[in-house]
Amino acid sequence: MQTIRITAEGASEPSVGGARPELPLTRRQFLKGSGVLFGTIAIGSPLAMLAPSPAWALELKALDSRSGETLLKFGRTLYPHETLPDAVYALLVKDLDAMAGADPKLAEQLRQGVLELDQAAGGAFSKASAAKQMAAVRALEGTPFFATVRGKCVTSLYDNEMTWVAFGYPGESWSKGGYIARGFQDLKWLPAPPESASPPPYMG
Amino acid sequence: MAKFGFDDDSVVVIIGSGAGGGTLANELCQKGIKVVVLEAGAMQSNASFINDEWKSFAQLAWLDARTTSGSFRLAKDFPGLPAWICKTVGGTTTHWAGASLRFQEREFKVRTQYGHIEGANLMDWPLELRELEPWYAKAEDKMGVTRTHGIPGLPGNNNFKVMYAGASKLGYKDVHTGNMAINSQPRDGRGHCLQLGFCFQGCKSGAKWSTLYTELPKAEATGKLDLRPESHVTRIEHNAAGKVSGVVYFDKDGKEQRQKARIVCVAGNSIETPRLLLLSASAMFKDGLANSSGQVGRNYMRHMTGSVYAAFKDPVHMYRGTTMAGIVRDEAGLDTRRGFVGGYELETLSLGVPFMAAFLDPGGWGPDFAWWMEHYTQLAGMWIVGEDMPRETNRITLNPKVKDKYGNPVPNVHFDDHPNDIAMRDHAYTQGERIYQAAGAIRTFRTPPYPSTHNLGTCRMGASAADSVCNAFGQTHDIPNLFISDGSQFTTGGAENPTLTIVALAIRQADHIASQMSRKAI
Repeated sequence: MQTIRITAEGASEPSVGGARPELPLTRRQFLKGSGVLFGTIAIGSPLAMLAPSPAWALELKALDSRSGETLLKFGRTLYPHETLPDAVYALLVKDLDAMAGADPKLAEQLRQGVLELDQAAGGAFSKASAAKQMAAVRALEGTPFFATVRGKCVTSLYDNEMTWVAFGYPGESWSKGGYIARGFQDLKWLPAPPESASPPPYMG
Repeated sequence: MAKFGFDDDSVVVIIGSGAGGGTLANELCQKGIKVVVLEAGAMQSNASFINDEWKSFAQLAWLDARTTSGSFRLAKDFPGLPAWICKTVGGTTTHWAGASLRFQEREFKVRTQYGHIEGANLMDWPLELRELEPWYAKAEDKMGVTRTHGIPGLPGNNNFKVMYAGASKLGYKDVHTGNMAINSQPRDGRGHCLQLGFCFQGCKSGAKWSTLYTELPKAEATGKLDLRPESHVTRIEHNAAGKVSGVVYFDKDGKEQRQKARIVCVAGNSIETPRLLLLSASAMFKDGLANSSGQVGRNYMRHMTGSVYAAFKDPVHMYRGTTMAGIVRDEAGLDTRRGFVGGYELETLSLGVPFMAAFLDPGGWGPDFAWWMEHYTQLAGMWIVGEDMPRETNRITLNPKVKDKYGNPVPNVHFDDHPNDIAMRDHAYTQGERIYQAAGAIRTFRTPPYPSTHNLGTCRMGASAADSVCNAFGQTHDIPNLFISDGSQFTTGGAENPTLTIVALAIRQADHIASQMSRKAI
């Protein structure tokens, strides 16, 4: 299996300008981590073009695989997008793992939170039904653990190119000359405003 | 770039380089006056601006610690980020959307117009519209405001098409692509708008006016400007006669410096400006500089704001083109039958996916939130901005419990919405939703206020030294060589985006300062 990392080593920020997340993972690197998450991106998904391979793996440094899997499902319950593959939710786990690696108190909060999720789901949260997962998440709303994970979701899940592609947001426009010649007024299902309200563009 | 000595006590020191400070600097330099601009932020350029919301935010935003209190929703949603303003050369003119509207005549005399309103500290400006009109005209010419001085309006994008269609169906008449300080055609050495869609992230084409690449280089060309970026002022000093004599600041190497001055003008935006006056308290001025009225830091206004987003069954792609692409002005007038005093504007607004996730519904989660994010390309959006009530208890104070890296107490921003603000917001939400429903929306959403971009009123101008901080020229009542040069001067907020008024006041203030200097009055 060819594997990819979710993003480059040490790069907490997403890449600009369409750079692809890559870096093959070696076997040696696999063994270093305390946990590993695996997944695949469906062939034919627009996101597949962002990855050199449909398969991905995420090495965890502070969290074990079970915690990683639980947090991934927690993220998916909080922000359920059928159009997004697990690879996007793995970005959340990656960021939480990095936070846990830098802050033992936070690591403990996450480990404890994972146990509470399991408890609330009456078994392994990550294997529970969608209804049970939702009920468990609701039960934890208002806790610091919930706030940590939900807050991280805002950037982990929505500030990355896979999500942008899935939602049709193209990101930067400067290198393409903006939208003055690329559809900034191409909406056709409503009448165009009169020129007094919206004069024609200056094209030079 | 000129270099003036630390001991040169003939210079005018301006703190801040945004709409107020940057404009004032250029106007004074053009008159041959030596100016030292101390800007806390670093130098950027059109080339270094980033078309990426979070990266740009990290590059431009003022992120020094601040605290919040009060019942406004921001205190819960963004307790450490009450304002979304900038720490960079050019200040918030790098980030602003470009809307450049004049105040309406009545908005300069709201105490007279509205009468006494419980819980509001209304006061008439010591200025009337007709006095400011020539300065507005100069400001519009300087900034290249569309639909003034023969400058054509900007072309409307898809987001505006939706607003226009809905607003017209509702019967609104004053709907167009606005008065924007964005070049619709090349002007003043800058190119035309390329419809990049990243107005908030610093305009990479330079079509949008910012002091960074208009006023400041023009000032520099006179040989009279000494601009010092990454220079954070922590104290204004005064002499035994009670006149200000200079400022203390930390330079880019973290080294403390002391710059002497003939005149000090404070333009640090309405949170830092009063904070600096309060931090400069001395044996002579125990409550802070220019604060004999006790009004420094009070009457903090942030405009009544909110947003409405709507989803349609067909694509909109609102992110394409100018962020604030059009306006409905019909609700800006006074009509108390609506259940409130003052008025509001409706202006298109768009956020990218990263900021939509952060601001659509702060704290929100679940399938409904996910639904809105997935419909991103089918959304249209507008911002509502209206006159809010000044209140003495809405104020900037020093928070002794939290210190910044220089060891100074950080500002606390306290705000409680006035019932009038709430009534106006409800009305505007309803009208915004009706506009989108008239255009065929399948769903609408009421987004709460973003961290404040329009921060006003904390050193208000007024006719009397007893209840205001400065006079109609921004000159403080207590200290004649200390000026307020930003939106802190506003007596009340009006419904309009404040930058044009800040620039007009700065041009006018420059004339006043030059004349006082030549008459040796200061």
